[in-house]
Amino acid sequence: MASEPETPAAAAANQFAATPLEQWKIVKETIAKTVFLAMTLVLVAPLVGILAILLVKAWPALSLAFVLENPKHYMTQGGIWAPLVGTFFLVLGSLLAAAPVGVLAGVYLNEYARDNWFTRIINLAVVNLAGVPSIVHALFGVGAFVLAANMGRSLMAACCTLAVMTLPVIITSTREALASVPMSFREACWNLGATRWQTIRTIVLPNSISGILTGVILQVSRAAGETAPILFTGAVFFVPVADHGWESFFPYGPGDRCMALSMHLFTLVTQVSGVSDETQYGTAVVLIGLVLVVNSLSIGLRGYLRSQKRW
Amino acid sequence: MEDSRRERDGAEGGAGQADSAPWLCRFLGPAESMVAGVVVRLCGYSAILFVFAILFFVLREAAPMLFGGMDLVEFISSPDWRPSSEVRPQYGILALLVGTLSVTGLAMALAVPLGLGAAVYISEFCTGKVKETLKIVIELLAAIPSVVWGFISYMVLAPLIVDLTGAPVGVNLLNGGAVLALMSVPIIVSVGEDALKAVPDSYREAALSLGASRWEVVYRVLFPAAKNGLLAAVLLGVGRAIGETMAVLMATGHAVQIPRGLLDPICTLTATIAAELGETVYGGPHYRMLFVIGLVLFTITFFVNLIADIVVKGIRNGQRA
Repeated sequence: MASEPETPAAAAANQFAATPLEQWKIVKETIAKTVFLAMTLVLVAPLVGILAILLVKAWPALSLAFVLENPKHYMTQGGIWAPLVGTFFLVLGSLLAAAPVGVLAGVYLNEYARDNWFTRIINLAVVNLAGVPSIVHALFGVGAFVLAANMGRSLMAACCTLAVMTLPVIITSTREALASVPMSFREACWNLGATRWQTIRTIVLPNSISGILTGVILQVSRAAGETAPILFTGAVFFVPVADHGWESFFPYGPGDRCMALSMHLFTLVTQVSGVSDETQYGTAVVLIGLVLVVNSLSIGLRGYLRSQKRW
Repeated sequence: MEDSRRERDGAEGGAGQADSAPWLCRFLGPAESMVAGVVVRLCGYSAILFVFAILFFVLREAAPMLFGGMDLVEFISSPDWRPSSEVRPQYGILALLVGTLSVTGLAMALAVPLGLGAAVYISEFCTGKVKETLKIVIELLAAIPSVVWGFISYMVLAPLIVDLTGAPVGVNLLNGGAVLALMSVPIIVSVGEDALKAVPDSYREAALSLGASRWEVVYRVLFPAAKNGLLAAVLLGVGRAIGETMAVLMATGHAVQIPRGLLDPICTLTATIAAELGETVYGGPHYRMLFVIGLVLFTITFFVNLIADIVVKGIRNGQRA
């Protein structure tokens, strides 16, 4: 900057005026900032646009009856009750299978594992499990649960497939939650003579439970939206279920095939003709709404947690 | 920390228990800890177990075709995928592979600049509420289920593409690439932002104190310092794009051909499995070939993730040294 020639008069007028080089730098910085902002907005705009389009187009279909009615007349009419209940049971089943294993695996990685090659391999396995394509998880589900474990195409097989697929979500978030508990908490507990497990149960887990919960909620949202893994392991196009009474709340046993909201949307769009646009958009809005509400819950919980943190 | 842990192991079940505890507790405490330790360890190993289980079970279904009955040369080099041909079924994955690579390439061409640009903006150019909001928006973008993306591409984007370009069909390479770009952007942004955040503030301060502008800090200091993390972000995005199934199935038109232009419908490895597995006869050659494709996909994504991991670990080791 100092190398820029300046007339003595100008320098005397204002010593701190930007030199041409500095002005050029400011211009460049402004351009860069604007370009980066534009790039970010290009990513934000689709989210807003998509939500707006979906909502506007789905508006005529959305009603309580749409949610509570079963699909009728080869799915061209009626609502989405049966797939919605199917998704609920799929999520519940996969959660029951994945949450204990995932949380304990997170505990192992953060509390028990030493920093050695074996732990590194486990970490690599977690990353890879998260990176395996969903359709390969489906093939695994067919090979392992449907055929080898002899479950057949059933709710149970689909739940197991979803559980394996969403396991990494719970493992990584549990680990992060546990890692945020200060080491001094554990040391204090150890000094009182508690074993490692007693420390984890009484100190580490209670202090990180909401963080773990955040991961579990994320798992729910992932499991609710997935289609490919349940396509061949348990979900089917159509299952007739009871319209009324308590049976409409428990339409599927663990060995039954079921409907699912994500699969239902896929079916409506690509397999069935004569479905009105409103019904299709309505189904999409309910699915995306469900997932976004669950996700916002997780984000809200995380924000609340940060504000409540005492250490 | 390592030492204190080792001491803990020695003390487990030892005299550490309070003397005043009832005898049952004295017994149960260590026993519970032992059992819990075993269970926790088993769960910890489960990730490895599942990765091998995926490989094993997919391989088991693919094996009869893979180790006999399969023309490997045709498999790799032929663009003809005619599994249900009465005369002579052909299983060439070249067209599918090119389909996957072209749609992934197009998606990355869009997503990498946008994703890294957004990562830089979020990490370096904004603070406080704006930053938090943008991060949440990106997170919500990641939460949209893949079948909804497929729905959007099929119902909204496809007619738009037909209107704008006059293409005969709206479900094509361009549509798939655009949707896939939006789907893989969140992971690029979040991993890229982490990589930028990992650069020590002293680097920024040093550059700023020498009179560098914010842009020069980004361009001359942060990009070189965070290049491994940014590369890992891109690789994870690639892995995500290759593995994506439902959106691609609905957006790309499912036509087995090597694309010659942006507006050609294509077919990918993932979409082929999703579209055809339901129609195959169990145990037949077509069924087994789909598992072979699954194995190919598993291998590709495994190596992409492995390289990303090595790249990330590379930086960590470098920083420690």
